[in-house]
Amino acid sequence: MIFIILQIIFLISLAPLVSGIITKIKNNLRLRRGQSVWQPYYNLAKLFSKDEVCSEHSSWVFKITPFIVFASSLLALFLVPAFIAKSPAQYLGDLLLLVFIFSLGRFFLALAGLDTGSSFGGMGSSREMFISSFAEPAIVMAFFAVSFNFGTTNLAATCGPGALKFSSLIAGIALLIVTLAETSRIPIDNQETHLELTMIHEAMALEYSGPSLALIELASYLKQIVFFTLISATVYPVVFCAQITPIQALTGIIIYLAKISFIAVLIAFTEVFLAKMRLFRAVDFLYFSFVLALLALIAATLGA
Amino acid sequence: MLNLFNTSIAFLLDPLSFFFVFTILLISLASAIYSVGYLQGEYSLRKRLYGWVLFAAFIVSMLFVVTVNNALIFLISWEAMSLLSYFLVIFDQKNEKSISAGIIYLVMTHIGTAFIIASFLIMYKYSGSFDFAAIKAACQNIPVFTKNLVFIFLLIGFGTKAGIVPLHIWLPYAHPQAPSHISSLMSGVMIKTAIYGIIRFIIFILGIESLWWGNLILIIAIISCLVGVIYALMEHDLKKLLAYHSVENIGIILLGIGASMVFIKLKLTVLAVLALSVGLYHLINHAIFKGLLFLCAGSVYKATGTGDMEKFGGLIKKMPQTALAFLFGAMAISALPPLNGFVSEWLTLQVFFIGAFSVSSGLKIFFAICASLLALTGGLAASCFVKAFGITFLAMPRSAKAKEAVEAGLSMKIGMFFLAFFTVVFGLGAAVVFKILAKVSQSVLAGELAPINFSLNNFTINIQEGNFVYLSVPQIALILAIILLITATLIYLFTGKVKKYGTWNCGYYKLTPRNEYTATAFSKPFRIAFGFFLKPYRKTEKLRESFYHVKTFKYETHTTSIFQEYIYKPILAFTFGSARFIRKIQPGSIHLYIAYIFATIVALIVLIKIF
Repeated sequence: MIFIILQIIFLISLAPLVSGIITKIKNNLRLRRGQSVWQPYYNLAKLFSKDEVCSEHSSWVFKITPFIVFASSLLALFLVPAFIAKSPAQYLGDLLLLVFIFSLGRFFLALAGLDTGSSFGGMGSSREMFISSFAEPAIVMAFFAVSFNFGTTNLAATCGPGALKFSSLIAGIALLIVTLAETSRIPIDNQETHLELTMIHEAMALEYSGPSLALIELASYLKQIVFFTLISATVYPVVFCAQITPIQALTGIIIYLAKISFIAVLIAFTEVFLAKMRLFRAVDFLYFSFVLALLALIAATLGA
Repeated sequence: MLNLFNTSIAFLLDPLSFFFVFTILLISLASAIYSVGYLQGEYSLRKRLYGWVLFAAFIVSMLFVVTVNNALIFLISWEAMSLLSYFLVIFDQKNEKSISAGIIYLVMTHIGTAFIIASFLIMYKYSGSFDFAAIKAACQNIPVFTKNLVFIFLLIGFGTKAGIVPLHIWLPYAHPQAPSHISSLMSGVMIKTAIYGIIRFIIFILGIESLWWGNLILIIAIISCLVGVIYALMEHDLKKLLAYHSVENIGIILLGIGASMVFIKLKLTVLAVLALSVGLYHLINHAIFKGLLFLCAGSVYKATGTGDMEKFGGLIKKMPQTALAFLFGAMAISALPPLNGFVSEWLTLQVFFIGAFSVSSGLKIFFAICASLLALTGGLAASCFVKAFGITFLAMPRSAKAKEAVEAGLSMKIGMFFLAFFTVVFGLGAAVVFKILAKVSQSVLAGELAPINFSLNNFTINIQEGNFVYLSVPQIALILAIILLITATLIYLFTGKVKKYGTWNCGYYKLTPRNEYTATAFSKPFRIAFGFFLKPYRKTEKLRESFYHVKTFKYETHTTSIFQEYIYKPILAFTFGSARFIRKIQPGSIHLYIAYIFATIVALIVLIKIF
């Protein structure tokens, strides 16, 4: 139990750093010095200490949304196995529950986008729902493929004696593509620009400021680390599941950090070397991830 | 000869019937409470009385449909239900649309009834009785080909009422035209009686003959899901949108039932019980949230006098309670935790997973594809309800009527919150509800239930030995609530003040409702992505003052309904064409008619001589 709480606290504090690292790598690849990897923490601290401006056209939906988005991301964090897989969250739900939890946060964020009455928000909501609708089948298919290897959608499916299977690898790649969409990364969306016409996620949150914006940003860091953790657990399952000693926990943490950094590097390279796609090309991109996930499933049924 | 007068009315009160009686009464209660306020001021007292008599008779007829023990009485109640609902659809007689919607409904429902009658007569040929038990006993003697025929007839017959694709076309016409409390009954409950028919007659009485029955239902179900939700996304009339969502949700219900049929044939009894219970679970959930959404749509309609979403906006400030109730319904139908829609959709995915794991290779892939298409449906449904709620209730009012809207009356609010309350109850109480439903489906399938383990506040499915799957909705709700509470308190205590200011509008001087995103704009990406199916087209009209100056510009965008265009239109054209052709033998000359009679008599005499 104590390990679990430590794990969640550790993941929350790690989440902004992952974004910081990705930005740093991207900047270095472009031969720039770039901001410090700790910048996301400074940003959060700054935003939490600021006053807030709230649109006069908006309603209570706009006000409660940051909390719901944050709560749903944090709940997802309860579910993923990072370096210890045995968790009380096992009795809470399974892999498929993750899909529904994220859709809770997204639903409210999209409503908040519409609530302020500006066209940017509406545009963001519409596009976000559009992209995520097409991402969902791929996620479910990938989860199926992973779970097939273990015969259950229980979270234990992502934990076990290192099952480096072909199907898990393909499913992991499919999930990686979905992650690009879900964490608003380059071929689908762009976190860096605030040009209204290209942004999806940023457009929805455009009217937020101060602590509310901080919560939404923190929620998206959490969502990102949840997806990274999932991919890492899919491709290379968590090693220690049963009763663990502190030494094992430490080893688990080191392995976990290595996996996460690898994914972060991968994402940074993708972002630098790919151009942003037109909105409707993104659908094809997500179809591709669906096909990959289907392939993973077929491989899993064959036992590969 | 048919033994018409010997038929005594006997009731069959097995768990399945009880379940449907409960569902009907639950929605009827809410709808009845709601109707008091809803009809007030809309119609004269005389008309209201007429409405209530029809309403009561409609409910009684539905109760008869799900409880009678005799195929003949079933048909009579079925027909009574169809006719009474027809009169309720055309209740608003001043509206010409009601009449034409009523006719479409009447024609479609009778085509369905014709198929049901045909299948009953075939079964009667073997059983010699209309009693359910006798038919069930006789069904073992029906040859395979005839059995398949009966299955297809029953599927078309009940499918028309349920609104499966491509027999769904009457739903978006009939449901919106009825008064809203009737729409909630029709969409929430009446179409479910067709599901009752499918379970009762196909699974319970006829018995599953071959594997393709279940697979066919699964394919139809998944197509209904997708077609329903895609059309719903394109729809900007609130009630029509909800009607299309009924098509989608019937699909989800049928996914459970179809999977159950596959499992029955494969002798996976436990899974069959599980799948059927999941289907029933989604059935009652859909009854609750769709009933709720139609009631809310009715309140909006009553307050603004229109169903066009593009004329709404900002209603959350004028009608806060209605908005809250609608939000509950929207969250439930979008399968968001911890409400009821989420539980049944999660369970449906789980059925497909366990199913895919248990069946052999080809079916595995099919089941997994069904599951991922269900996920796509879920995503699209969530988008659709972001649109429905966001455009209707949020931001600024887009028309004068929306600006002057007032909150619904007390009885309407009671009706809405009664159902909203049940979306929560059926979500948090999933374990208890599911236990009861498992008993219901067990009685239908007479299977065993031993390996499915339950505990009270979280339920566990254990299909393979040792592989447990858990879902605890109360715990999820609790954790969400705790996180919400803690963050809200922290933010409230430790952060600065909140200032109200206008929305950022790129420095443009004033933000008006015309700057808002519209429902059409919201659904545009979907319209393009599904363009191959929707075949959207535009109409533009320019009124020019001179070559250089356009005075007004009219822009319309429509989608083609391929089912009407490519299936129903050709059939109608063929019917009218052949009628026109046959009319030629009726020129109106009496001599010719006498000649016809003479020819007929001669032909008959010849025939009698031959046989």
